[in-house]
Amino acid sequence: MLKQIEGSQAVAEAIALCRPQVICAYPITPQTHIVEGLAALVKAKQLQGCEFVNVESEFAALSGVIGSSAAGARSYTATSSQGLLFMAEAVYNASGLGLPIVMTLGNRAIGAPINIWNDHSDSMAMRDSGWIQIFAETNQEAVDLHILAFRLAEELSCPVMVCVDGFILTHAYERIDIPTQEQVDAFLPPYEPVQVLDTKEPVSIGAMVGPDAFAEVRYLAHHKQMRALELIPAIGADFERHFGRKSGGLIHHYRTEGAEVVVVALGSVNGTIKDVIDDMRTEENIPIGSISICSFRPFPLAALRESLKDVKCVIVVEKSLDVGLGGAVDPNVRMALRGLAKPLFTAIAGLGGRPITKNSLRNFFKQAMKGELDTPHFLDLDWAVVNRELERGRKTRRSGPIAENILRDIGPGGPLAGGESS
Amino acid sequence: MTDASSDQPVKFYQKGTYTVSNRLVDARNRLVQSSMDRNNSLTCGHRACQGCGEALGARYAVDAAMRASNNQLIAVNATGCLEVFTTPYPETSWQIPWVHSLFGNAPAVASGVAAALRVKGDKRVRVIAQGGDGGTTDIGFGCLSGMFERNDDVLYICYDNQAYMNTGVQRSSATPPAARTATTPAVGDEPGNVFGTGKNVPRIAMAHGIPYVATASVANLKDLEYKVFKAMGIHGARYIHISVPCPLGWGSAPQDTVRVARMAVECGLYPLYEAEFGEVTNVHKIRRPVPVQEYLILQKRFAHLFRKDKPDTKRIKAIQDMADANIKRFNLLGEAAS
Repeated sequence: MLKQIEGSQAVAEAIALCRPQVICAYPITPQTHIVEGLAALVKAKQLQGCEFVNVESEFAALSGVIGSSAAGARSYTATSSQGLLFMAEAVYNASGLGLPIVMTLGNRAIGAPINIWNDHSDSMAMRDSGWIQIFAETNQEAVDLHILAFRLAEELSCPVMVCVDGFILTHAYERIDIPTQEQVDAFLPPYEPVQVLDTKEPVSIGAMVGPDAFAEVRYLAHHKQMRALELIPAIGADFERHFGRKSGGLIHHYRTEGAEVVVVALGSVNGTIKDVIDDMRTEENIPIGSISICSFRPFPLAALRESLKDVKCVIVVEKSLDVGLGGAVDPNVRMALRGLAKPLFTAIAGLGGRPITKNSLRNFFKQAMKGELDTPHFLDLDWAVVNRELERGRKTRRSGPIAENILRDIGPGGPLAGGESS
Repeated sequence: MTDASSDQPVKFYQKGTYTVSNRLVDARNRLVQSSMDRNNSLTCGHRACQGCGEALGARYAVDAAMRASNNQLIAVNATGCLEVFTTPYPETSWQIPWVHSLFGNAPAVASGVAAALRVKGDKRVRVIAQGGDGGTTDIGFGCLSGMFERNDDVLYICYDNQAYMNTGVQRSSATPPAARTATTPAVGDEPGNVFGTGKNVPRIAMAHGIPYVATASVANLKDLEYKVFKAMGIHGARYIHISVPCPLGWGSAPQDTVRVARMAVECGLYPLYEAEFGEVTNVHKIRRPVPVQEYLILQKRFAHLFRKDKPDTKRIKAIQDMADANIKRFNLLGEAAS
């Protein structure tokens, strides 16, 4: 049913349609509206057969669903940012135990300085945890990916993190098609756990494993992700058969046919990128296209390589910084391109919610096409502010906290107050 | 002492002369180890140290919980000695559905298991969670408080050996004052652990107003079983704190585990009591209080208090004061000793 609805509320309704049996939740912005929505649905008995457990921390939230999933209940939680980091130990544990938990991550920056706005630092911090990580481009996809996620998680017995850009998607009202219960039931069978705590057939889950088997266990986690590379497109195709629209899959192409330049990105920024591509194609006849990576873990090396093998220049736009190296997505794309000797430029953009404007992107794309950039390039970085702080650091050993210094310098007319962006 | 042959054959799980001698006793008078009703949730062959108080306490506690739940029990375990010595992959000593997740989350995992059972309408299967004092009083404390606050239907059992034994005897918040641990060495002006009372988790549990809190000891297994059995008859969050001496960490003789545990009770340092909804309802009285020296002197972790050239009477007295305070608070010497 088409609805004009907030992204978070739509995700909550989608989760409810998946008939979760246990939800453990702890609030953190910008995830809050999702779990508030679910709490309301459970209280109002619109979501029956579900226990909503209000826990005392994110660590307990994921721990709770580890317990409920191990006991054979379809289980869900959601978090953001610091919350994901606080549950980090349990994140690795859930995948190590092979529990098909689904978690929404309302993507948000990690402090200090504390910042509630969107970037992808949080999911990148957990990229090696053994969870499948899929990124929603739109709120429609956010809804669809959650339904796909339960199917994928339970077929593989592996946890899935659905990454939804905080505020940009979670708090945006859009026209979204919410599937019917019958549609979801036809697509998503009831949860049948592969291992479960059962008094009739007692098993020990979570035993200690020494050097004699640990590497094999880790290899099998990797193998599971490699299987997911095949399962994700297959389940995506099945989703299209059931719901009549494409969602999920490994990567999405936009105007890549005959494109000489292709932009690669994750999540909602693809919307802006598509607009820029449309403008550049119509106004300047530049053969440019884009690829949105939906499945970041497993990373679709082969699919991406195939899609990029004939292009002249690859551009990565990403909302995450691997401090001391550069972009976090960038090395993954380079790995897909290994041996192809293609120029690749990466822009680190939108950190801590800095707007990624069409103008900035267009300028960046053009500079990249001319090969004029160092990589990584920090999009819209205010070098005057950076240099002033560096200078202060050189002059005095006690310059005070960086963020506070910068804010004092910027004053009311900061870089976001300028009129140069469109 | 006769006619044992006419009884049904007894399954022997535990080796040792004590149980073998039970064959000579009629069924009624047999020790509980050889009872036909024993569940034996935790089988022999695990890798606990000689004289491990935790292995003893866990075996009796879990077996009692099994009996109380009619064998319908799921156990959640925190990381620690109990988890490590019972599940060296690919072996396991647990004959019941058992899950270990992390060090600090056993109460939360148990809450999740309980929620799953609730949502499935499974009223038969019950949940226990268990951990050592580190997993309970320190790293898992937040999750434990959350579980209490929600009154989740879980019995949490803390096996208190008063330090981080699994990692090599480092101080925990349950380590008593003056005790030597690997991180509170017996050197300097204040040898051993600093003076303080540590966290009294049973009383903190009581402050949550949960239906049942008890302390128990491997020195009194009948009492331990009674308390576990009673706790399993109650729904909601329940907490049992069990004193389990660690020969390795305490520097006591393996054969003295029960003796040391008994001394802790009888000197007043470890009062045995029950509490319901935050109020003490039953106290195990001490017949003859023993001086704390008799407890301390059995353990090398307090050896620095008893140096021949310079016994530390000041600290011994301070520990005696703690025991006396307990005796007063819980009226341990009061009449009608039970």
